Order: sequence, then structure tokens, then C-alpha cells
Amino acid sequence: MNVLISNQSELPIYAQIREQIKEQILNGQIKEGTVLPSIRKLAKEIGVSVITTTRAYNDLEEEGYIATMQGKGSVVLSKDNTFLKEQYLMRIEEGMLTAIETAKRIKLDEEELVDLLHRLWKE
Amino acid sequence: MEMMLELQGVGKQYKEFALQDVTVSLPKGYIMGYIGRNGAGKTTTINLINRICNPSEGTIRVNGITYEEDPIRYKEQIGFIGDESYFPKEMRIKDIRSILKHSYQSFDEKEFNQMIKNWKLPEKQKIEKFSRGMKVKLMFACTLCRETKLLILDEATNGLDPVMREEVLELLQDYIASGERSILFSTHMLNDLEQIADYIVFIEDGKIILNDTKDDILESYVKIKGKKEDLSQVLRERMIGISTKDYGFEGLLSTENADLLSKKYVIEKPNIDQIMVHMLREKKGGHAYEGI
Repeated sequence: MNVLISNQSELPIYAQIREQIKEQILNGQIKEGTVLPSIRKLAKEIGVSVITTTRAYNDLEEEGYIATMQGKGSVVLSKDNTFLKEQYLMRIEEGMLTAIETAKRIKLDEEELVDLLHRLWKE
Repeated sequence: MEMMLELQGVGKQYKEFALQDVTVSLPKGYIMGYIGRNGAGKTTTINLINRICNPSEGTIRVNGITYEEDPIRYKEQIGFIGDESYFPKEMRIKDIRSILKHSYQSFDEKEFNQMIKNWKLPEKQKIEKFSRGMKVKLMFACTLCRETKLLILDEATNGLDPVMREEVLELLQDYIASGERSILFSTHMLNDLEQIADYIVFIEDGKIILNDTKDDILESYVKIKGKKEDLSQVLRERMIGISTKDYGFEGLLSTENADLLSKKYVIEKPNIDQIMVHMLREKKGGHAYEGI
């Protein structure tokens, strides 16, 4: 597992930790059943506060990526394909929304944007 | 959560200065940054916790007990590192070792010697010949070689080089790693210590003006900069510690007023030091700075 904190990032530190762990769970770098380092250990390792790290783990738990079990630590849950797909769909939607917003700013219409997508897809 | 340090309505009256109604709770296993300008009351508060002087009002508990209940246990639990070395300058490490041995029941000589060795502190030199960094390391060795629960640092990282500050950061995180010990550090400049602080308490003129988790404070404000012509009346009123200069304005805005934000402005994440500066500027009357 890798967690790299940037002070220049737009994201608050807890969100950076959350997103990076999430990314590695989604792309399979962190396998299901893996026990994540304890909150205090990770906080020390990356030099951030315990509360910040706790918040990242709480978010991951709420979103169903990990489960924290007494005495066992935080375990990465198994992900069935629908969940994975949903996560990726959400990410695609986000990217598309940004594209649409940007297109509107320069008065590009729907057809032109779709054309652009077709062209890029083939590249 | 179990508390390591609790101040309840603590006050101290001096002729020229009063510390008023300080109420602070630091849970076990966490780090609190106590920030404020020079003379705001940080050292007074710490002197009260250390019982160098007695509070005029309020109660202080360390790990659940007050000084009155058990003075020896109360004091043994506290480790203190200040900004100046408290060792007589004629002394050498062996003298300090023997003082520690006689003063503290929990003194671990092996541990102490190990730290002296790791940090390459010269056994035979007089303390007065030590550099600032060496003195700080020695103070850490003296504190960490016995069983304390609460570590109090008063401007202890002032004047340290970046490498040493980094080492101190790691020491502090090690100290709380078990979840059983806590740290209170006071400073007029958080800097790199900001990253490891769980709680922030901000004192000004003897009163606490901000007391929350660091993450919540950081999320409560944005820093905005903009052209003078884009500064609306309502924005001017809502901004904290605004300063307008010839080439634009800048200030802090509570995220509750996010509806006032627009793409016209440069929006940044402030750090704790910047939040402190803007709050102080607001207190002084933000407009006093106009035109500077």
C-alpha cells in the first residue's frame, strides 16, 4: 500500500488518504482480506494526525471498502463486480460532467461534443 | 473518550494580565497545538498545569487527578520541555544522569544512555558548550527516559534546523503511538507541526478564541483573493481579517458563506497560521490595514 500526501493538493489530507487507498482497492493492488495498517501506525508512517487518519478510515468503512473488527484491525472487503462497475461508472459520469460544463463555456453543442468523443475513442 | 488533560474554567489574575475561563480537554492518545501570539497567555497556562503557580480559579486534571489530590503522582506524570535549557551550564551529562536517578522513581538509565548515544551527545562537555539542537535533544532524553503520560512543550522547537524539527515530529508521534499518552505543545508558529496536531486551541489576550479539531478548523475557512472592483459590500462584511491593497484584496471567508464565492476570485486552502493571522487582523479591525 502506498499513501503519498501532497500539501499542494486541492483535497484535504484525509480525503487524499481515502482516495488513494480506494484507488488501490479498486485496481486490485490491495487485495480483499488484506489487513490495513492500524490508524496510529499509518498516521505515524505518513506524518499526519491520528484524527485525520481516523476520518479517512471511517469514510472507507462507510463506503463499504473496509470493515473494522475488534482485535483484527481494518480488513479490505470483497468487491463483487457490480460494486466495482458502479464505482467506475460514477467516475466516468464525473468526468463527463466536467467535459459538458467546459463545452458549454465555449458554446460547443451536444453534437460537437459527441463527435469529439467518437474521435478520441478511436485514437 | 478518556481525558489526559482537562482544564475547567481556569483563570489567573495578574496586575497587568488575566487568564480567563480557560476550558480545554485533551483526550488520551492525541496531540494538541496551543497557539497564540507572544504574550497571549500560553506560558501562563502551562505554568498553571505545571503548578509553578496556582490558578486563581478553576480546576486542572492530569490523567484524572488534580494536584491537590496527589501532588507527587500529578507531577510525575508530566514531562516538560521549554524553549530554554533548564540545566545549569556548568553541568555535564553525568551530573544530569545522577540528578535524574535521584529525582524520579521511573528513571530508566539504560534508555537514557541509549538516547545520549543515538544522538551523539558529548558526555564530557559542559552544557554551556552545547548547540541549541543538542540542548533540545538532551531535554528530550531527560523526559523520555522516565514514565510520563503528558508531554508539554513550550516553544520547544524554536530555532531548530529543519532536520531536527523533522526528528522531533517523529519523536512526538512515537510518544503518542500507544494511544495512552498525550502531548500539548504551545507555539506562536505552527509550521510543520500543523500536520501532526489533532486539536488546535487558539488563545488571544488571555481568552480562548478557537478550540476544535484541526481538520474541522481547516474545513471551516477558505482564503480568497480578488480584484478590488470585484469586492462586493456583502463580501466585505462577511470576510474575516480582510486587507485591501493597491492591487487587490485578500481575506478569510467562513465556508458557511460559500454562496458568495465565484470564479472571479482566487480561492485557496489556508493553513492554521494564516487563519490565526486573519482572525487577529479582524480583532484589530480589518480596515486599519487598508492601503498598506
